[in-house]
Amino acid sequence: MDFALVIEWLVKGFVWVLVLLGGFAYLTLYERRALARIQVRIGPNRAGWQGILQPIADAIKLIFKEELMPAQADKLIFFLAPVVTLVPALVITAVLPWGPKPIHLFGREITWYIADINVGVLYIMSVTSIAVYGIVLAGWSSNNKYAMMGGLRSSAQMVSYEIALGLSFVSAILLAGSMRMINIVEAQKTLWFVLLQPVGTAIFLIATLAEVNRAPFDMPEAEQELTAGYHVEYSGMKFALIFMAEYDKMIAISAIGATLFFGGYQGPDLSGIPLIGGIMSYVQGPMYMFLKIVILLFGMIWVRATFPRIRYDRLMAFGWKVLLPLSLAVVFITATGIILAQQFGAWLIWLIPLFSLLAGIVAIAGMYRTLRRKEYARA
Amino acid sequence: MPVLEPLVGLAKGLWTTLASMFEKPVTIQYPEQKRPLRPRFRGRHILKRYDNGLEKCIGCALCAAACPADAIFVEASENTDEKRYSPGDRYASTYEINLLRCIYCGFCEDACPTEAIVLGSEYELSFTERKQAIYTKEMFIEPVSTHGKPTPQQTEPGLFTRSVPRMKDPSD
Repeated sequence: MDFALVIEWLVKGFVWVLVLLGGFAYLTLYERRALARIQVRIGPNRAGWQGILQPIADAIKLIFKEELMPAQADKLIFFLAPVVTLVPALVITAVLPWGPKPIHLFGREITWYIADINVGVLYIMSVTSIAVYGIVLAGWSSNNKYAMMGGLRSSAQMVSYEIALGLSFVSAILLAGSMRMINIVEAQKTLWFVLLQPVGTAIFLIATLAEVNRAPFDMPEAEQELTAGYHVEYSGMKFALIFMAEYDKMIAISAIGATLFFGGYQGPDLSGIPLIGGIMSYVQGPMYMFLKIVILLFGMIWVRATFPRIRYDRLMAFGWKVLLPLSLAVVFITATGIILAQQFGAWLIWLIPLFSLLAGIVAIAGMYRTLRRKEYARA
Repeated sequence: MPVLEPLVGLAKGLWTTLASMFEKPVTIQYPEQKRPLRPRFRGRHILKRYDNGLEKCIGCALCAAACPADAIFVEASENTDEKRYSPGDRYASTYEINLLRCIYCGFCEDACPTEAIVLGSEYELSFTERKQAIYTKEMFIEPVSTHGKPTPQQTEPGLFTRSVPRMKDPSD
């Protein structure tokens, strides 16, 4: 194998990990500031200009905190669990393309992705599934009943919502006709998949909230019920790793969402602008991607600030009885629509959003009736 | 359509939080900006003086008796006309309040027969050691007013025999 290629991968991987770690640090600041503004506060603004050094202060605090190990804990697994949680969150984004135009550097073409796998979506699905092990093992090895319950809840929740998540991926795969991330992005050149498949996008956004344990689906770390869930016993750097994994997963899932449904690195072409046009033709891809990630992250924060945590049985019922049938219907509608469009004319592609929205309304109507039923009203 | 009611509800909630983002924050940037105190705020204690400079406190320790937190310690000594601190026979030679025990209830203020102790407006009290929380008489006593003399004063015999001043208006 080309030795320079290995170096290129190493450098790219290293840079990408640094970007994710820095992204995590500033995502915490972003979230705290946004939440504060929603709650009519200001948020951290003391460390540095507008609190820009707050993540560094937090990092120093966490590094120097005392590390506690519960006496009856399974030492090895307790130690490994944060790592097992973090690594999938970091490697998940390796297949995401950040821009179309490779940079020429040192006589090499440097592409805007780390790996170009032709089954990129499958890779993402399989790596996200690994992340749950870390959480379950963290909960189990702590030898604490609250941590255990948090771990079990998270495994049940993630396994349930993974199906809906996977099926929402399928609609994007069908529309693009490929599992390669770059092909999926290129297929959205004229039309983002969010317009063709709004219900699939909605399912994706809801299921990802459950998948990364964010409010209103933050059952595994429900403070009021489980004190803090699976990471009760963690402190110091080990806690920081779990925390990092959670926020990196948020970043990763937003990037995946942006790639699959919101046109990835595509946006209005800026290369025609004089002076900066030359640079823009390289930079605009990552720039649009970054913008989309930031907007999707704001959505997550916004939802967290708005909705209360839903009850556990309702969470499961929603996952299995609403999201799963709906996402199956969406896959069926998408496949049928594509075949109709191929056979009888391209305009029939608009049957997909039409019927998907109808299916969505039927699902909401079903929920509405369930919630209005007497047994719920009596309580 | 009534079936879309759940969606409308969710959207209303999201709209409420988004709209609140553009309100003016209620935060007060504390060390730079301070909220005005309420007129009856109860902060750190102050030991008062009369206009002539004599201390109002007569060392009766009624404040210590009234204190629910047992935070006040008073030790009284005898006044003489050569070294007079307060009107009457006795004055407080030691007056200590442990501000970590004090609950700022103001009972000492109510118990005081000479209105010597009042709760002031200072609230920025922080200590790095427990011993620092015990404030002494020198720290509580207010400075002498412009036309008064510092204590101990040398006074004429027979002038300051009453420790509690006469009431100006007994119907008060």
